[in-house]
Amino acid sequence: MANPASSEAYVRFDGVQKSYDGVNLVVKDLNVDIPRGEFLTMLGPSGSGKTTSLMMLAGFETATHGDIYLNGRSINNVAPHKRGIGMVFQNYALFPHMTVAENLAFPLQVRKMSKADVEEKVQRALDMVELGEFGNRRPAQLSGGQQQRVAVARALVFEPDLVLMDEPLGALDKNLREQMQYEIKHIHERLGVTVVYVTHDQSEALTMSNRVAVFEDGRIQQLAPPVELYEKPENAFVAQFIGENNKLTGKVDALADGICEVVLDSGDRVKALDINTDGAGTATTLSLRPERVFLNPTEGQCQNMFSGKAEEVIYLGDHIRVRMNVCGHNDFIVKVPNSSDKKGLAEGDTIPVGWSIDDCRALDA
Amino acid sequence: MSISVEANKGELAPEEQKRLKADLHRSLRRNKIRASMLVAPLVIFIIVTFVAPIGNMLYRSVDDPLVNEFMPQTTAALENWDEQQLPDEAIYAALAQDIIEGRKAKTIGKAAKRLNYEKSGMRSLIMGTSRKHKKLQAPYKESLVDIKKGWGDIDNWKVIKRLGASITASYYINAFDMETSPEGEVSFVDPKEQIYLKLFWRTIWMSMLITGMTVLLGYPVSYLLASLPLKTANVLMILVLLPFWTSLLVRTSSWIAMLQAQGILNDLLVWFGIIADEARIQMIYNAIGTVVAMTHILLPFMILPLYSVMKTVPPSYLRAARSLGATPWTAFWQVYLPQTVPGISAGAILVFILSIGYYITPALVGGQSGQFIGNLIAYHMQGSLNWGLAAALGVMLLVLVLGIYGVYNRVVGTNSVKLG
Amino acid sequence: MKKTLKLTTALVLGSFVAGAAAQAADSITVVSWGGAYTASQRGAYSDPFTAKTGITVLDEDKSGNGLAGMRAQAEAGNGTWDVVDILEGGALTACDEGLVEEIDYNNDLDKGADGSMPLDDFVDGSLSGCFVPTIVYATLFAYNNTAFSGDAPKTIADVFDLEKFPGKRALEKIPGANLEWALVADGVPYDEVYDVLDTPEGVDRAFAKLDTIKDSVVWWDAGAQPPQLLADGEVTIASAYNGRIFNAQVVENQPFTIIWDGQMFELDGWVIPKNAPNKKAAMDYLRFSTTTQALADQAKYISYGPARKSSAPLISTHISTGVDMNPHMPTNPENFKTPIKKDAGFWADNGDDLSERFNAWLAQ
Repeated sequence: MANPASSEAYVRFDGVQKSYDGVNLVVKDLNVDIPRGEFLTMLGPSGSGKTTSLMMLAGFETATHGDIYLNGRSINNVAPHKRGIGMVFQNYALFPHMTVAENLAFPLQVRKMSKADVEEKVQRALDMVELGEFGNRRPAQLSGGQQQRVAVARALVFEPDLVLMDEPLGALDKNLREQMQYEIKHIHERLGVTVVYVTHDQSEALTMSNRVAVFEDGRIQQLAPPVELYEKPENAFVAQFIGENNKLTGKVDALADGICEVVLDSGDRVKALDINTDGAGTATTLSLRPERVFLNPTEGQCQNMFSGKAEEVIYLGDHIRVRMNVCGHNDFIVKVPNSSDKKGLAEGDTIPVGWSIDDCRALDA
Repeated sequence: MSISVEANKGELAPEEQKRLKADLHRSLRRNKIRASMLVAPLVIFIIVTFVAPIGNMLYRSVDDPLVNEFMPQTTAALENWDEQQLPDEAIYAALAQDIIEGRKAKTIGKAAKRLNYEKSGMRSLIMGTSRKHKKLQAPYKESLVDIKKGWGDIDNWKVIKRLGASITASYYINAFDMETSPEGEVSFVDPKEQIYLKLFWRTIWMSMLITGMTVLLGYPVSYLLASLPLKTANVLMILVLLPFWTSLLVRTSSWIAMLQAQGILNDLLVWFGIIADEARIQMIYNAIGTVVAMTHILLPFMILPLYSVMKTVPPSYLRAARSLGATPWTAFWQVYLPQTVPGISAGAILVFILSIGYYITPALVGGQSGQFIGNLIAYHMQGSLNWGLAAALGVMLLVLVLGIYGVYNRVVGTNSVKLG
Repeated sequence: MKKTLKLTTALVLGSFVAGAAAQAADSITVVSWGGAYTASQRGAYSDPFTAKTGITVLDEDKSGNGLAGMRAQAEAGNGTWDVVDILEGGALTACDEGLVEEIDYNNDLDKGADGSMPLDDFVDGSLSGCFVPTIVYATLFAYNNTAFSGDAPKTIADVFDLEKFPGKRALEKIPGANLEWALVADGVPYDEVYDVLDTPEGVDRAFAKLDTIKDSVVWWDAGAQPPQLLADGEVTIASAYNGRIFNAQVVENQPFTIIWDGQMFELDGWVIPKNAPNKKAAMDYLRFSTTTQALADQAKYISYGPARKSSAPLISTHISTGVDMNPHMPTNPENFKTPIKKDAGFWADNGDDLSERFNAWLAQ
């Protein structure tokens, strides 16, 4: 599962486990290599173990088993303040009794830097996040977005090679959040630091990351670049968690040359790519993206052809979203681009639907 | 609010504004009435149990009606006396009259007791005369001096004249360890009789010491409570509050059992050979006893505000500080501690003001060196019955507390006090 | 204005000094010192009184603040106390201030069992107008036998001799008795104590003597403390009320010995507050509780001497242990060789001054 990207790993989780109560494992056998300069996102629902993994890397939790390496050195017994890792917290954790400039100066002062150096670096960091004039304000006098930028600047001001971010945009509203995603992404590109980022927001993960690790139940389900994650989910959880997905359950009937034939619960037969099945006779889940389904497909365009009944048609401007009843599933979603020829579809219409084998992936049950 | 903003824009004509204000007033009146009804019981309660007694205390500390009320003729007659030589016969006659009438009305004793606060022996001078009232006859000067030699002492007359005024500063003069000589000069009393200023000073510094002790002991406990899971913290909180649920006397007695010369602590020290049996340490019936017992009693008042403030400081601040490279100590000192200052402030002012007025515990375990000013106020309330002096000392204590609070407000600012 | 002020004072003071006693018409409130003392009054006076008259007696243990309480109730014009137990000195002050009723002794009290009139029967000079004494009690020194293996202290001078009789002393935290003893220990004859103490030099002399033991003194202010301090071994010699020591010796079998030399005896008894709500019943109680027999009966419970001469022959044995009470009475001739009578008049005149001086001395 580990994906040693280019050179040797800068951060390495090696068989890491974590348990709080000695009964349940919160993190089960975590193995990841993160190369220098990568932006890696840990994505997953709450309780999936992603934050715990981040905290172990930061040094605020100790691994129950296994080793964490930073730059080739095990840091299991290194205190948090000696790890030299910058961190941005969910609620920013800006010190309320200090001004913005004092907050930024804090990591430099504890490193016993000269006063002149401190001032220069603080100013540069403030300029980087475009808050040059705000040094004398208290955090409480700043807006949420400004506080966020100060938090990022503080995590970077002492020039760490690794920055951890724990749902840093969770408290912002949608527009600001998107804007900050780009800002963080650009800062990452400009400085070339390694970033490990934790979020439960998939669009955030897809927007910013070089690679995304999808967590569920204490394990990484898939670790891949965003494109691959969306286009080629390796199991039913990832398919369902990332983007919108039509899920069809059934049984593998036959397979050959990487293509399998699946009998759905409704009795219909579907051909799909054999990605992650346990062979003929076993249960499987088919994954099919809504935008890869064709309405009224032309002859020969799709290997799988059925008829479906439009239950609900929602007009969304750039596209039309249709909920259909197909192969016994009445939550089958089709996204249709809003082109002039697609107009006129009405609820209750029964029309042919189809999709190609390459877009339909047979995954674990 | 929004209405006045609109009015400021000048969009409403003056008569319109007037109408609007009247409407607003009417619509708010009901709310105002309801609000005042809700607080009325408390306001009345506070007036009856707090404001009125304090006003009463202020009044009593200067009110001195006893002599002019119960020796009215003498007081009136002495008004024009020049204090150069003994009064004339008319004044002696007035005194005889006052004594005879006061004896019948059973009021002369009150005037005598009051005069005795000022000059020992005045009581027996007047009461002795009163008991032999049958011998009183004209000429009264001769007769009075014959009954009691004291009536021939001009100083006694000066005291009566001075206390004839119905408003007096003499209680405050006493409370400042001073006295008024027969000539009316105010000076400090003999050093070996000075006590109140000394006790005020001791009360202040020992209260500060106690406050400091509660901070030192309470801070780690509060931190532990605030960082534990709620369920565990609640159990421990019960232990913290336990002193509240135990009678003050029980707690104090257990400290006696603990600290006395033959007590548990001394026994242990002797048993471990740390001290010799003959050299047991005196830890109670002195200042140490007062500090230990009061620290224990007042500790919850420090822990509660500290705990409630610490609860609001997210652990991420400490983590942030650590991740930025601070050692645990630096993180605590520069990041955590400053944010708990409001809790320390609230607890400190609470403990300090409570302890400055304490008297039961010092009375039980304080011995001679652990007494507070409150003990003397209680003594004058219940023992000597010199309520005027008790009131003067009480007013001084009140002013002292207000003064300290004022300075504190200046230096720290009440904004930074947070009780929860 | 003034009236309201007085009223609020009375309300505030009255509520904490007096407490609230539910007043039924068929009960009276008797204020006393509490503990074994109130128990002795209950056994000798109150229970028989209730049995005879049907009037319930409610106890309040407020005599420690008796004078303050009566003053507050007088200011409020609304009393809750019917009979108050008080020391002779306090009674003098209360009488002077008109807080208590005057008693017509020969009419309000019963004749003695031997037919003597009350004015002749009670301790000489003690019927001073308002006060009816019931007991003679003594403040005196006692020591723990285990503290001294060889010689035991026998005199006041021995108490002040820390070299010969090492160990801490427990003294009451008031100037009374301590100053008198200091002078006696310094060689002043027993009958000249108050003459000396009436001069500034005498006061200085007394404090100078007290200075010699000051560092070894544990000060007490509740009567229960000294027996405890002696029993715990905290002190070797303690001043105490003789009844408390008796109780420890006889009932609790503590190895204590009383030094009868220099016992400071004092009278304690009843006054009737001016504002007593049930004055008739209070007067009945006063009469009932001061008969020759009642006073003698009280000595069955506690070792305080009856204030009536006619009671002396009737003193019998302790109610629970059967000990003969006579040797334990402060008024027993064996014990009464070198007593000092506390001069209530002297303390009424000089108490305030000497207390200030004493408090200042303590705080030094």
